[in-house]
Amino acid sequence: MPGLEDLYREIVLDHYRSPRNRGELPAPPAHRTEGFNPLCGDEIVVYLQVDGDIITDVKIGGQGCSISQSSASMMSAAIKGKTVQEARSLTRAFKAMMSIHESTLDGSDADTGPDPSIRLGDLEALRGVARVPVRIKCATLSWNTLAQGLDEAEDDIAV
Amino acid sequence: MSLDVAAIKKDFPLLARDFNGKPLVYIDSAATSQKPRQVIDAITDYYENYNANVHRGVFGIAEQATNALEAARDKVRLFIGAASCAEIIFVRNATEALNLVAHSWGRSNLHKGDVVVLTELEHHSNIVPWQQLRTELGIELRFIPVDASGHLVLDDLADMVDGAKMVSISAMSNVLGTVIPVRRIADVAHAAGAVVCLDACQYVPHLPCDVTELGADFLAFSAHKMCGPTGVGVLYGREALLEAMPPFLGGGGMIKDVTLDGFSAAELPWKFEAGTPAIAEIIGFGAAIDYLNGIGMPAIRQHEIELAAYTLRTLKGRFGDGITIYGPSEPSERGAVFSFGFGGLHPHDISQVLDDHGVCVRAGHHCAKPLMRKLGIGATARASLYLYNDESDVDALAEALAAAAKFFGF
Repeated sequence: MPGLEDLYREIVLDHYRSPRNRGELPAPPAHRTEGFNPLCGDEIVVYLQVDGDIITDVKIGGQGCSISQSSASMMSAAIKGKTVQEARSLTRAFKAMMSIHESTLDGSDADTGPDPSIRLGDLEALRGVARVPVRIKCATLSWNTLAQGLDEAEDDIAV
Repeated sequence: MSLDVAAIKKDFPLLARDFNGKPLVYIDSAATSQKPRQVIDAITDYYENYNANVHRGVFGIAEQATNALEAARDKVRLFIGAASCAEIIFVRNATEALNLVAHSWGRSNLHKGDVVVLTELEHHSNIVPWQQLRTELGIELRFIPVDASGHLVLDDLADMVDGAKMVSISAMSNVLGTVIPVRRIADVAHAAGAVVCLDACQYVPHLPCDVTELGADFLAFSAHKMCGPTGVGVLYGREALLEAMPPFLGGGGMIKDVTLDGFSAAELPWKFEAGTPAIAEIIGFGAAIDYLNGIGMPAIRQHEIELAAYTLRTLKGRFGDGITIYGPSEPSERGAVFSFGFGGLHPHDISQVLDDHGVCVRAGHHCAKPLMRKLGIGATARASLYLYNDESDVDALAEALAAAAKFFGF
């Protein structure tokens, strides 16, 4: 069992108290995606403005605990201005840090694991969450919502 | 205090352990209670000495197992003041009991447009089965509102139950602790011709219970919240109602005869007990009832009123407006279960710091999302106390909350 300081690193508390990119974007043209944690009732709303291949703007709404809120805040700062592909790579790297490894049902080698060159930066501060299994869902809520939003954004472009 | 809690604590092996080097403070009994040595021993005794399937076995230990199971049924009957063992159905838990009522009684008695009355403070287990029937049959659901103080609004009760076929309500809120005036509601419901079903999951473990005094036609509760094992619940039903209902689950144990053309159902209560029951757990449940009777339900209720008063006084005295405690402020109108908000902290964060101090509380919506929406909150932390808790547990909660305030800096 990690100590509280390991779970609630100062940078985590900072993002919790002063969340970045908090707000809304007009949707459309932005993509609005809701994510829920049915266990605790937390909800996250991710607004994505995707122009071409670039995530030009991102806003975060909803409410939740310090872990889910700070994870969403750090995520928004990390993906703004990045390509969709970079955001997906970062998502894989973050979930790997949370001990979640994507795999495919058909056993193909679609999952090549996270790219070791991905730098998590501030997000490293959430590493302690992986040792508190009940809180992993808090940390990954915004990332799962992001993944869904990116899928929807790409579907729209494909149409 | 009305109870010798120090002596009671010694009966519960788990309460002697520590956690993170601190004494374990278990205040999550509304989720599940701890088990006394007597219950654990009864289960072990069954497995070590007379483990055999019940009913029909002609050998000695099968008869012993059957007798022990049926003796537990009679203990349950006496505990809730039921007239006959035919009225005591063993199920898995209160959720299954409520589903049995909705699906067996509901499907054979309700038709399109019929009204079922619930309340806004119900646990999901007393909402979802009725919503399933609404989808399937086209029944109408009405909800008795709850006010900001955690009490039901009963001004329009007669209108609310007018024309209703079923009134199915909690007897005590698992979130707010409100002790519901079920007899008053049952009398109005009966006058309107409705059947009354009580979700007594939080009531039976904590208050003296008599189904006749409560006005219950059906009563559902779980063993594991009253010092018994998981996996056993009870549906009490008035015999005439149960007689008229079709079996819920089909299979072994619930039949009188089966041919390739059909079956005839067994007598009550076995008609509703398909498959091998949770024998060890039911025997353990009987031991739990003996244990509670040994202490006395009136004494337990008195203890919890005193403990509720102490908790409200301590937390409000120490944290003032920094803590919001939901539910009735009058101890005699509530159980010792306290949902609270604290300094704007998320319940997950509160319970995380409390856990670090060895204090076990629950965080979340407590399976009552409609109530949470009504209260305008996403989730709460919840402390719930029982016969093995005393002032020291409340003081430990207060200390841990003070530590959380310090940690998060407010």
